[in-house]
Order: sequence, then structure tokens, then C-alpha cells
Amino acid sequence: MNAIVTVVGQDKVGIIAAVCALLAENNVNILDISQTILQGSFTMVMAVDVSKAKTSVGDLRGLLEALGEKMGISIRIQREEIFDAMHRI
Amino acid sequence: MINEKDILSTIEMIDQQHLDIRTITMGISLLSCCDADPGRACDKIYEKIVRQAANLVKTGEDIEREFGIPIVNKRISVTPMALVAAASETEDYVPFAIAMDRAAKTCGVDFIGGYSALVQKGMTAADERLIRAIPEALDRTDLVCSSVNVGSTKAGINMDAVALMGRIIKETARRTADRDGLGCAKLVVFCNAVEDNPFMAGAFHGVGEAEKVINVGVSGPGVVHHALQSVKGQSFDVVAETVKKTAFRITRMGQLVAQEASRRLDTPFGIVDLSLAPTPAVGDSVARILEEMGLEVCGTHGTTAALALLNDAVKKGGVMASSSVGGLSGAFIPVSEDEGMIAAARSGVLCLDKLEAMTCVCSVGLDMIAVPGDTPAETISAIIADEAAIGMVNCKTTAVRLLPAPGKQVGDTIEMGGLLGSAPVMPVHPQSSESFIARGGRIPAPMHSLKN
Repeated sequence: MNAIVTVVGQDKVGIIAAVCALLAENNVNILDISQTILQGSFTMVMAVDVSKAKTSVGDLRGLLEALGEKMGISIRIQREEIFDAMHRI
Repeated sequence: MINEKDILSTIEMIDQQHLDIRTITMGISLLSCCDADPGRACDKIYEKIVRQAANLVKTGEDIEREFGIPIVNKRISVTPMALVAAASETEDYVPFAIAMDRAAKTCGVDFIGGYSALVQKGMTAADERLIRAIPEALDRTDLVCSSVNVGSTKAGINMDAVALMGRIIKETARRTADRDGLGCAKLVVFCNAVEDNPFMAGAFHGVGEAEKVINVGVSGPGVVHHALQSVKGQSFDVVAETVKKTAFRITRMGQLVAQEASRRLDTPFGIVDLSLAPTPAVGDSVARILEEMGLEVCGTHGTTAALALLNDAVKKGGVMASSSVGGLSGAFIPVSEDEGMIAAARSGVLCLDKLEAMTCVCSVGLDMIAVPGDTPAETISAIIADEAAIGMVNCKTTAVRLLPAPGKQVGDTIEMGGLLGSAPVMPVHPQSSESFIARGGRIPAPMHSLKN
């Protein structure tokens, strides 16, 4: 089962490291990363595999949100199906 | 991997354009709860609702967390209570509402609908008992919603029921006067009511439905508004296409959530209701979509045409996105629940007569409209009759949810808070309809040929 992690906010040192560390701790495998600066803000989109994760997507969401809050950025995780549904026929 | 732009656009829709699932509504049949002993019937009603919907709220919250899409309401609709209560040997139907209210509170849902009677052709003794119990039932409960269907294209309009409902609405307002007549916000009078509507206050679980079912109502006026901002000045063909594409996306999300909820709750998927349901929040308004099409203020000339386009395009876009579309499916125009409508009504541009015209081309009808507290019951009945006539002749659902707030006059505002919003009191015609309503009887069903 895949999910999408998105990170948006002010660019700073260590964002990718912190997010990747948290995902690794929870046995979430990163499949793809893309990162840009969009209208001045740091934007990262990651596709991740959560099928072997130690925690549920719902709980991961809480952990990522807490990390985001600590770093002053917005981090979220959502199951991939929602994007599929909205943008693919 | 899915296009990064698409991912970010979905997130923007959720964060900034108020995209959400407005409601997951579980419909539950209560026909098996009929009992000659009213106390036993109420116990069965409570027990069955709680058993069937025990996991509804938790499942909704789980889906919300995993998919990152807000699900604003979790609700229950049940078999029209007049049918269930008819078997019980009692004159007092208020305890049935209290049983519904208790069950809804145990399940943690936002509202429960189905304190209802279907009297389009005639009233049974049970229907009449239920209708007469509505003011007390809505006063003594918090989450119960009530609806009465007084007309249909096939049966005509039951004018005795229309007359009665005018008095019931007034009495409901009087009984909840300490809350600005809030009871009336939970009472809707229908023509051509649908059996699978997930939206309140008119949701009930029709007798043609399965034992239980999951219906989902989507929302998204803010997303449509935002999409139209990118096609400023372009032709209506472009406007219609833009609305269709947006409605398709919104509905696909609704379909996904509906299927997921249906699977997790082991309950058949019923329908997705494609309605554009506004909220009082800025940026979540249907009125502002109409204004985006080029109207200075919603309610001015051109509003009906703009709404007709919007309503039709929403259906066309949404219908391909879902395997089963139903409910009310269209644009809602509840005045108090729409920031742009509130502003238009306050400025005096949007009046009751224009709203009535708008209901000819959109989903539902005169919704959440505050009228002076001293409006006669017969005038309210006449407004219901007009609205029911529009529904009956045009083969569509129409509804009336008026708020005659006790003690309030034109220029005052009633505040209900939350999704119910606030409503400026709008003027009604002072001329009497009393003799018209006093006639009673039935307005016959219309012809279905020789259409012009």
C-alpha cells in the first residue's frame, strides 16, 4: 500500500533528513522523492510504501504532524488512492 | 508516481478551498422495530440504531486521518418514524424522537433524520400524530431532524397537510423561542422527497431501501469558485466545462470515501449525492460562484440562469465519477449557511421571490430563510404550497425550511452558530393567503403530456 508524504514550508537545514529518519524508524520505504522551491516555499513530495510499516497511516500522520510543528513546516501523509481517484480516470 | 502538480492541487483544494466530504450518512431500516407496546418499540429502535451504527463515527474518523480529507459530519437516517410508530398503541409519539436522540448521542453522530411522515396523498392517523408531535419532539431533543412530504408529481399536493405544516412550523418556533426558533432549522417540508438523501434536515431511509446503506454527500463550492476564477471573461461554454471537470474530481473523491466506508462498515454502498453544499465560512459559498460568473450581487437579474448552468454542470460532471448517484444532487442555496447569500440578503438584493425563482432550476428549495416572527401560519403554508407546486410540476424535489424567529423583524438577524450560520430576517408579502389555505383538500397531480 502506497501513501504520499508532502512537506511544504520555509526551507531550512535538515528537513529531508528529519522526515526520512522518522519514516525509517517506522519501517516506511521511500519509493520516490521530488523536491522544488515553489513560490518561495520548500515543497517536497514523496511516494512511500507503508505495507510493512510498524504503525498505521493514521498514526504516522500524527507523528509527521508533530515533527512538522516542531520544525515550523507542514508535513502530511495521505493514502495514494485519493490522488488517483481525483486525477486519473 | 502521480504528477506532483496534481498532488499539490488536491492539497490546496483541501487546505484553502474548503474541499471536504460533507457527510457520511448511514441509512437504517427500523421496520423490524414495530411493536404494539410503545416502550418496547422505543427500546428496539434505540438498540437497533446503536448496534448498526456503533462504528460509524470511528470509521469516518479513520478514513479522514488516512486519506487526509475532512469528513465534516457523520449522520444516521432511519425509516420514516410515522411508519414504525403506527404499530404502537399510543397517542404520544414524542418518546420515539427521544429514543432516536438517545441513540444518536450514544453513537456520537451529528444528527439523526427520519422523524418523518409521507403524506403527499393523505394522512394516516399515525402520520397526523407524528406531525402534531413535531414541535415538542424538536424542543425536547438535540439531534433529531424531522421532515414531512406534502406533495409529489404523481399524487399532487395535500393542502390539508400544507395548512397543518404552517401551524406546526409556527409552534416549533414558539417552543424553541429561547434559541431563536432553532427547532425550525431541523424541520423541512418536501415535495417529491427522495429516499436516499444523506443531507439534513431532510434525510430519511426510504422503505424501498435495503436494511442498511451508506450514502455520502460531497461538497466543494470553494473549489468550483476557485476554478472559475481562472476563466474570467470567457464564454459560458468554458464556464460549464470548468464546472464539470471540477465536479468530476470532487465526486471521485466522494465515491472513494463512500466505497471505503461501505467496505469497512460492511454495509452496502448506496449513492453519492453530488450536491454543492455551502457553509458560512468565507470561500465556501454558492452565491460567490454565481457572482464569479459576472453578477454584481447574487439575486440580481441573471442569477437564475447562472444557477441553472451551475446545477446542470455539477450533475454532468459528477455523474460519470460515481457508480451510483442519487439524493438531491445539485446546488444548495440555504441562505443562512452561505456567506455570500447572507451578504446578498442583507443588502436587500436577494429576496424571497427571487429565491423561489432560483429553486425552479436547482436542487431543493427555500432553505434556511429567516422570516419575521409574526408571519401568519397561513402565509407560511402558502409559501410551502408555492414551493411544492414548483416541485410537482417540474418533477423535481423542492423543500421549505423557514425560520419564523419569535420576536424578530426585518432587519434583525438570527444566529444559530456552526454550520447553520446566521440569517438576516427577510420580508414576506403582508397580503393575506388565509382564505386560500382555509380551502384544504388536494391540488391534483399535473398532466404529463401536452407540456408547454
